Amino acid sequence: MQTLPKRRYYETLSYLPPLSDTQIATQIQYMLTQGFIPAVEFNETSEPTAVYWTMWKLPLFSASSAQEVVQEVRACREANPRCFVRVIGFDNIRQCQSMMFIVHRPN
Amino acid sequence: MVYTMSKPKTGYQAGVKDYRLTYYTPDYVPRDTDILAAFRVTPQPGVPAEEAAAAVAAESSTGTWTTVWTDNLTDLDRYKGRCYDIEPIPGATDGQFIAYIAYPLDLFEEGSITNLLTSLVGNVFGFKALTALRLEDIRFPIALVKTYPGPPHGIVVERDKINKYGRPLLGCTIKPKLGLSAKNYGRAVYECLRGGLDFTKDDENINSQPFMRWRDRFLFVQDAINKSQAETGEIKGHYLNVTAGTCEEMIERAEYAKEIGSPIIMHDYLTGGFTANTTLSKWCRRNGMLLHIHRAMHAVIDRQRNHGIHFRVLAKCLRLSGGDHIHTGTVVGKLEGDRASTLGFVDLLREDHVERDPARGIYFTQDYASMGGVMAVASGGIHVWHMPALVDIFGDDSVLQFGGGTLGHPWGNAPGATANRVALEACVEARNAGRDLKREGGDVIREACRWSPELAVACELWKEIKFEYETVDKL
Repeated sequence: MQTLPKRRYYETLSYLPPLSDTQIATQIQYMLTQGFIPAVEFNETSEPTAVYWTMWKLPLFSASSAQEVVQEVRACREANPRCFVRVIGFDNIRQCQSMMFIVHRPN
Repeated sequence: MVYTMSKPKTGYQAGVKDYRLTYYTPDYVPRDTDILAAFRVTPQPGVPAEEAAAAVAAESSTGTWTTVWTDNLTDLDRYKGRCYDIEPIPGATDGQFIAYIAYPLDLFEEGSITNLLTSLVGNVFGFKALTALRLEDIRFPIALVKTYPGPPHGIVVERDKINKYGRPLLGCTIKPKLGLSAKNYGRAVYECLRGGLDFTKDDENINSQPFMRWRDRFLFVQDAINKSQAETGEIKGHYLNVTAGTCEEMIERAEYAKEIGSPIIMHDYLTGGFTANTTLSKWCRRNGMLLHIHRAMHAVIDRQRNHGIHFRVLAKCLRLSGGDHIHTGTVVGKLEGDRASTLGFVDLLREDHVERDPARGIYFTQDYASMGGVMAVASGGIHVWHMPALVDIFGDDSVLQFGGGTLGHPWGNAPGATANRVALEACVEARNAGRDLKREGGDVIREACRWSPELAVACELWKEIKFEYETVDKL
């Protein structure tokens, strides 16, 4: 028998081992296939009450490949090593946010 | 106005008249504003289909068994229900058929599901000329849809409020149903939530009994929510059951839930009644509270194939009356036939526009005119091995509730919750990566067991089930 350790989590996919850049690209590819608009955002903390994280540039409206988005994830991580970074997806047909998953947690 | 004329030209004549002379109008073309209903009618032996169908139209609208002189003071053509089509059921030996009936908009009060059901499923269900009667579906015209409040928030707003995207939500009903003290109950909630569930739930028969009064439960549960939320960094909730003996007490409990910061409350809409439900739903909209709906008593109404009301009607009525979640059954492990019909009403709960599809039991095209959607809740008898099938069947806009499948974990609630959350996220990740959960679901779960001891233990306890759901259903 084990006691579940106390840990911080970051909503969708945060119960999986940290995603590799290849896995991140796969999830982004799904987002693009669904017709969602990817965006990258970052924040110093991950409090559940922090509704808005800071946007990295603008949503990638014209992204045609997952690699373009992964490049922005890398750039955001490098510029903000002490921040949490997540990828979100917007659905302009249902007019809402449709996806979100964590891609970087600072040590 | 293009109504068929049926005003008597010879003055008042007392007596009993065949219903079909007035209420069976096969040439009638339903208007966009009509309420349409599909009834499964089983007539008494010897009663012709037209007469039985016309009787249903009459008794659920303007008619009574004999003529009365005051009929002549009204414009019957403006108010009467009309049977406009009869569809035989192939192979039926008891004369069963589907009667399509159109009701003029004027028959119904705006914004009142109670009024609508009182007409449509009132006296007519005890009518002697029929051995059985089942309301299969209702088409609500947009003109009427727009008068109902609909879900207090709907799926999109709920996700924004609780910050959960791109996956089904996870829940659990706290057990045992009865007898836990408020503090012990709160502890069970805390352990579930810290383990990774999004919501826990009051059982439907937890209201305010001597062993746990509602105010005590609310306070201890809220403590559990606050602590688990601070610890995990994720938003948590518990469906506080506000179902009560009177509307005043129900609202008092709802107000208190809001005061202490709960994000969601719960109501039993069939035992509580549609009037109470609509009142509560409007209160929730005004007060920013999510509303979870339980459906105790539904099987009394919807279980018999030839009598009662199909759940798709009760589901539509709930969406219009208001609720952000409703229980729909789990599909997995149930009989074939349930699947297509369940997915049919799940669409009626979540989508904005649903086309007629007899193969899924949808008798009418229904448009909701942008009304919010309701999350489908799959609850009862499910465990981690069901996860791939559940994700595949219900998709993201659902709440998957594992009661025994969380609390029954050998290491307790928190590891049980983690096992479910890991299984869920592994399935979502695999689905997004293009893997077919129908075929590879078992592999996905087994792969996750390699790094999640909590899941491995759960998978050991509950044995793998077979995913054999590729056959085509028949309704």
